[in-house]
Formats: sequence, C-alpha cells, structure tokens
Amino acid sequence: MTATAPAAHGAAHDPGHGHAPHRNYVKIWGILVVLLVVSVIGPMLGIRWIMLVTAFGVALVKAYMVAKNFMHLDIEKPIVHWILLVALALMVLLYGALAPDVQKGAGQGWKKDAGFHHSFVTSKPHEAGGHEKPEKPEPSEHDRP
Amino acid sequence: MSVKTIATQRASMNIPTGRLAVWWVLVSEIVIFGGVLVSYLMHRLGHPEWGEQAAYTNLWAGAFNTLVLLTSSLAAVLAHQAAEKGDGPKAARLLYLTILGGLIFLIVKSFEWTHEIQEGFTLQAGGFWSYYYTAAGLHAFHVIAGMGVIAWVASSAKKNQELHRVENVGIYWHFVDIVWIFLFPLLYIAK
Repeated sequence: MTATAPAAHGAAHDPGHGHAPHRNYVKIWGILVVLLVVSVIGPMLGIRWIMLVTAFGVALVKAYMVAKNFMHLDIEKPIVHWILLVALALMVLLYGALAPDVQKGAGQGWKKDAGFHHSFVTSKPHEAGGHEKPEKPEPSEHDRP
Repeated sequence: MSVKTIATQRASMNIPTGRLAVWWVLVSEIVIFGGVLVSYLMHRLGHPEWGEQAAYTNLWAGAFNTLVLLTSSLAAVLAHQAAEKGDGPKAARLLYLTILGGLIFLIVKSFEWTHEIQEGFTLQAGGFWSYYYTAAGLHAFHVIAGMGVIAWVASSAKKNQELHRVENVGIYWHFVDIVWIFLFPLLYIAK
C-alpha cells in the first residue's frame, strides 16, 4: 500500500517523521568525546572490571546516544524498532547457538590450540575419528582361501 | 516536462519509502556486522591468549579514529538540521565535512595497517589478526561506500534538491559510526 507524490520535490520535511526535535547536537558530541576519553583511560588502571565497564559499558552508552540523538530513533516509527529488534535477536541467537562449542577449548578426546587446530588427545587416534588407519588384524581361519 | 510519480511514502506505516529502505539496509548490515562481531567475541573468549596479539594494535590511532568518526557524525546530523530548514548549500557544506572525516579515518587506517603489516602482523599471522583485518576492512569498505553516496547527495543538496536524502544518508553514516564504537574496544582496548 503506497501513496504517490512527485519525486522531484526539494523539501526536507516529510510527513512520516516531522521535524526532528531541537537538540543541542554539539553538546551531545561533547558528551560522546568525554565518554571516549573515559573508555581510553579506564582500562589503563589495569583493573579488569573497570576495563569491562569503561570499555564495553561506555561503548553501549555511546551507541545508544548516537542512535537516539543522531539517528532520531526515539521518534522513529514502531516498524523500525521492530525490524531492528529482529536483527539484534538474530545476533543473540547466533551467539547462543554457537558459543557453547566455539568457546570450549577441549572436549572428549580432542582439544584446540590457538590456531583453531584440533588435535586428538586419545592414545588411539582411530577411536577419536583420526586419519591414521588402524593396524590390519591378522586374517582368521575363515578368511583364508 | 511530465511529472514523474513514484511511491515516496508507505501509507500503512506512515514512513517515507527512502527512509524505510535505509533502515532495511541497516537491518541487513546488523546481520553482517553482527555475525562478524559475535563470531569474534566467542573466539576471543575461547582464546584468552589472543590478548597478547591484540596488545600490538595502536590504541591511540583507534581512539583518534573514533573521535574523527564521532565528529563526522556531528557534521552529518547538522547537515540534516540545515536541510530541514531548507538550507541546501549549508547542508552540502556539512556533508563535505562528513566526507572529510571519512577520508581522515581512512588515511589513519592505511598508515596503521602499513605499519602492522611491516611488523609481520598480516592476515595470516594468527586468529586475532584474521578477525582484525576482516572486521576493520569490512568497516572501511562501508566508510568508502558512504563517502561516495554522501558526495552524490551533497551535489543535489547544494542545488536545494532532494533534501530529504540528507537525513537518509546521515542515518547510514551514524550506523557506520556505531559499528566503529563497538570495534574500538573489541580490537584496541581488550588486551
């Protein structure tokens, strides 16, 4: 279902959004720069939880501020929120489905090294699905011609 | 001259077609970048030793590039503000500033990569470096594409034409900025 209108208009105002609310964009940029400084200085303290909060926590805040104030997501139509949520849910699903395997360093009869290479830790490689062929057993009485 | 009529508004959603299209593009981009970032994150958590490789990335270059992209985003949103007031030439000037930000970002990145490659940290130097070049390279490709589209939009905005596109291209540029906001701590800070 669409409405038609002349394409060659020059007006920036669109009926689906209206004018963006007046915001002090320079002030918002200033806050983002301060947060950037925090994210650089925080990890220098060498304390793990402070590094996690200042680097990744601040990144989330910065991303939220850009999305809300610069992309005007706070006044965007609900359909946009929904399609973005679906995409973000796919990310979470991907992580939830793969992380248990990918993040494991070792399993039953195998382990991974830093280069993603799997090696078998069992004394009998063929039992763990290795490429080496087991020794051929001696032929029995029935196998002999 | 006949009037060209195309669908410019999705009536059921009350949202301009162009802007809705940009959001759909961003949804696909979230899936692309999200896949790379989530994949990196789970491998990074599974390989704590990657922190030693990450220690060689240049924190200050990454921080400076973050500042550059944040500033270019400011220029883009001010261009949108100017376009809403019907001031096309001012919007165009601000869009050219946005492009300048993208150019500075790429120059810094090229110096950074040249140095790292000379030090032997190539794409095949290890798991971390594979992700580093893939994620940052994919992002740089989006910066280049954005600069091209912004230049095209600025050329028409300068003549006070198609000013609604200023907002659309700005939304894309802010997304590129957000991706970098996450890449910066992942690749430069977590060591």
